[in-house]
Amino acid sequence: MSQAATKIKLEPNIQQHEELSFLYKYILPLDHKIIGMQYIFTGLIMAIIGGYFAYAFRMQLAFPGEVVPFYGLVGPGEYNMLVTNHGTIMIFWVAMPVLIAGFGNYIIPLMIGCDDMVFPRLNRLSFQIFLVSALVLILSFFVRGGGFGGAWTSYPPLSSVAEYSLTDWGASLWILAVALEFVSFLLGGINFITTTMNARAPGMKMMDIPIAVWFIVLAVILFMASVGPLFAGAIMLFMDQRIGTTFFLPSGGGDPLLWQHLFWFFGHPEVYVVLLPTMGIVADIITVFSRKKLFGYKTVLYTAFATAGLSFVVWAHHQFIAGIDPRVANVFVVTTVLISIPLAEMMFSYIATLYGGSIEFKTPMLWALSFLAAFLIGGVTGIYLGASALDIYFHDSYFVLAHFHYTFFPITIIGMFAALTYWFPKMFGRMMNETLGKIHFWGTFIPFNCIFLPLFLLGLAGQNRRVYNFQNYPDLARQELQDIRIFATVSLIVLLLFQFVFIYNFFVSMFKGEKAPNNPWNANTLEWSIPSPPPHGNFKSFPTVYRGAYEYSVPGRELDYWPQNEPPEGNK
Amino acid sequence: MIEYFIHSASSFSGDIDNLFFVITLIIGFWFILVFGALVYFILRFRRKDGVKAQYITGEKHSETKWTHYPHYAVIAMDVVIIAANIIVWVNIKQTLPPKDNLIRVIGQQWSWSFVDAGQDGVLDTADDITTVNDLHVKVDETYHFELQSRDVLHNFSVPAFRLRQDAVPGRTISGWFKPTSTGSFDIQCAEMCGYGHGIMGAAITVHSEESYTTTIAQIKSGTYESHFQKRKGTKTESPINTSQVEEKDSFAELLASIF
Repeated sequence: MSQAATKIKLEPNIQQHEELSFLYKYILPLDHKIIGMQYIFTGLIMAIIGGYFAYAFRMQLAFPGEVVPFYGLVGPGEYNMLVTNHGTIMIFWVAMPVLIAGFGNYIIPLMIGCDDMVFPRLNRLSFQIFLVSALVLILSFFVRGGGFGGAWTSYPPLSSVAEYSLTDWGASLWILAVALEFVSFLLGGINFITTTMNARAPGMKMMDIPIAVWFIVLAVILFMASVGPLFAGAIMLFMDQRIGTTFFLPSGGGDPLLWQHLFWFFGHPEVYVVLLPTMGIVADIITVFSRKKLFGYKTVLYTAFATAGLSFVVWAHHQFIAGIDPRVANVFVVTTVLISIPLAEMMFSYIATLYGGSIEFKTPMLWALSFLAAFLIGGVTGIYLGASALDIYFHDSYFVLAHFHYTFFPITIIGMFAALTYWFPKMFGRMMNETLGKIHFWGTFIPFNCIFLPLFLLGLAGQNRRVYNFQNYPDLARQELQDIRIFATVSLIVLLLFQFVFIYNFFVSMFKGEKAPNNPWNANTLEWSIPSPPPHGNFKSFPTVYRGAYEYSVPGRELDYWPQNEPPEGNK
Repeated sequence: MIEYFIHSASSFSGDIDNLFFVITLIIGFWFILVFGALVYFILRFRRKDGVKAQYITGEKHSETKWTHYPHYAVIAMDVVIIAANIIVWVNIKQTLPPKDNLIRVIGQQWSWSFVDAGQDGVLDTADDITTVNDLHVKVDETYHFELQSRDVLHNFSVPAFRLRQDAVPGRTISGWFKPTSTGSFDIQCAEMCGYGHGIMGAAITVHSEESYTTTIAQIKSGTYESHFQKRKGTKTESPINTSQVEEKDSFAELLASIF
């Protein structure tokens, strides 16, 4: 038992398991499980707002100038505000809270055999700041001039000068919300790292930590190492907006490109910050449902280290044609294309894990496999964009848009559903309905491809992003291109409608579902050795770990799984 | 493949299209291989009663070779892609071929101004020809451009030329293009520049020698009809939506009623 965990053991609230009042149990909790769920539910509500925005601007693109049902007219300023905040919400208020903060909080202590995070109060503060940041962002939609519309990258001078953006307080509240959100995740991140490094169950060596936990911790380290420059940038931008400094304004001696470097120095690692948790969760799910040991645990881990390291030296591939010295681009082409090497190795290892398995198509497994398939498309199309010469044509086109939705949709939405369906029995003590789960899966995955595959074609046709009405461009106003836009929009509506199946399944299963046993999936990791849902304090007595997390179908054992905390003499 | 969707109208557009094709071949090969393996494994190794999964650690050399050898092949392919890319990139962005004409392109919220240096090839002299949202160039002549912005970032994008460059306030960015076929093409702003970003279009018209002379004469005599307006035809839309403020309120009410 490490020192940090021992300290927590002494906290009266946690170890005595006394019944807490509603206020302290659900509103001001110290329990990592409740805080995790607060993050997840906040993220889901934000996802609904982000999806609603996507619906509104896709309708405008398909039927330009017409009143969008349940929304109204989408004008140019409105359109900019919708795309900007769709991107911001989906990355900062859905992907990060749900996958890192939400599931990180929920599963890290359970998977490493600990009763709580080592700094529970810091954890609670982290969520409270996050909630404030979400409210500040929502507030920014309603101030005079409307929400910020300068794209989620918020390049100055557009974002720093109110006369240019026409959204005076919208832009300021936007950057304030983003900065607050970073504060929240810095507080949460320090907790994740400390907990995983110091409070693991006895016997759990570094190489016994489940990949899901490893990758969340790696993502957090990556986040903390990269966010500094952007945080400084955010403060400079805020000062430019509010007190008239000119950090990014050429007329005052500033440089707009400075922001781009600060932003993308964070922005590219951020891609891997959200990717790694999903990659880790998927590793756990495919091993459980194919009853296989993870192929090359250490290789997978080291490829993740390599990816994380490389992600710091690729940022300028977002700026090939932004006015940087063209010779610099060649260096960044090399580093960018090199990042395909560790990621390809990781992908190969995941696919090799399936080899010789006994694959059972439960809903979480369908999500995990579809993640691999969709992310593969996102990954290979990234090679086109890493090539600077092609970037001349594709930069800020729909090809880019389709590419990163093929990475972010699998990461955020598919990863979220994979994790939710996998840990639902543990979280709520009930099973989800499999049939509804599968209907929801196919109703999401097929429309998703129908939305974004055609957008690659629009990108090839030279269609640029963030344009509210392509009828203004004769080359793009052709009917066959408009048909593609309508097809994508209709697919989006189908996708959104199928989410009601999930919402129904989620809430009905939560209260009326079949009671879940401790270990419904016959998985090895520690969270499945305790009751569902886990009591306050998680473990009755701290577990001892005897082996790695992926000992499935070990020869000579009757059972095809071998829980991490089962003593070796219990070998059946 | 790109030329199937859009004209290929400049001297380097073919290079970019070919690079796209080469990368598509390499990536397509990998994609089919990996996707095929994924689908095959999913179908082949689905659960059957009484069949136990194999125990493979993936740490012995006999096993890791299955991921390592493809991995070395990926590195080799990467080198090919990087080399092919750098050749094209150096040709387009790092070298300036000798110029026949010089123009200045100025982006501002939300229109494009074009200044042609005219006969003497020097900007800011009396024979400059200034046009707004309409650029006229001669076919098969090399143009150097000086790209500037008056306010925020813009991006001078001509998809048919495979040409794209950010305009940064406070800087002048040089570049070049050489049209190879006549016709009229879209210019788009490709960097978010605020409220009117979506209407910040212009037209570039590539002329033969005689048609260019006629057009310039028309511009000078004032009898000229904008190609940009002509191309847009009836689809012209007012850039300023005066009802914006009211919309915002109805949106607020709607959102409040929903959430």
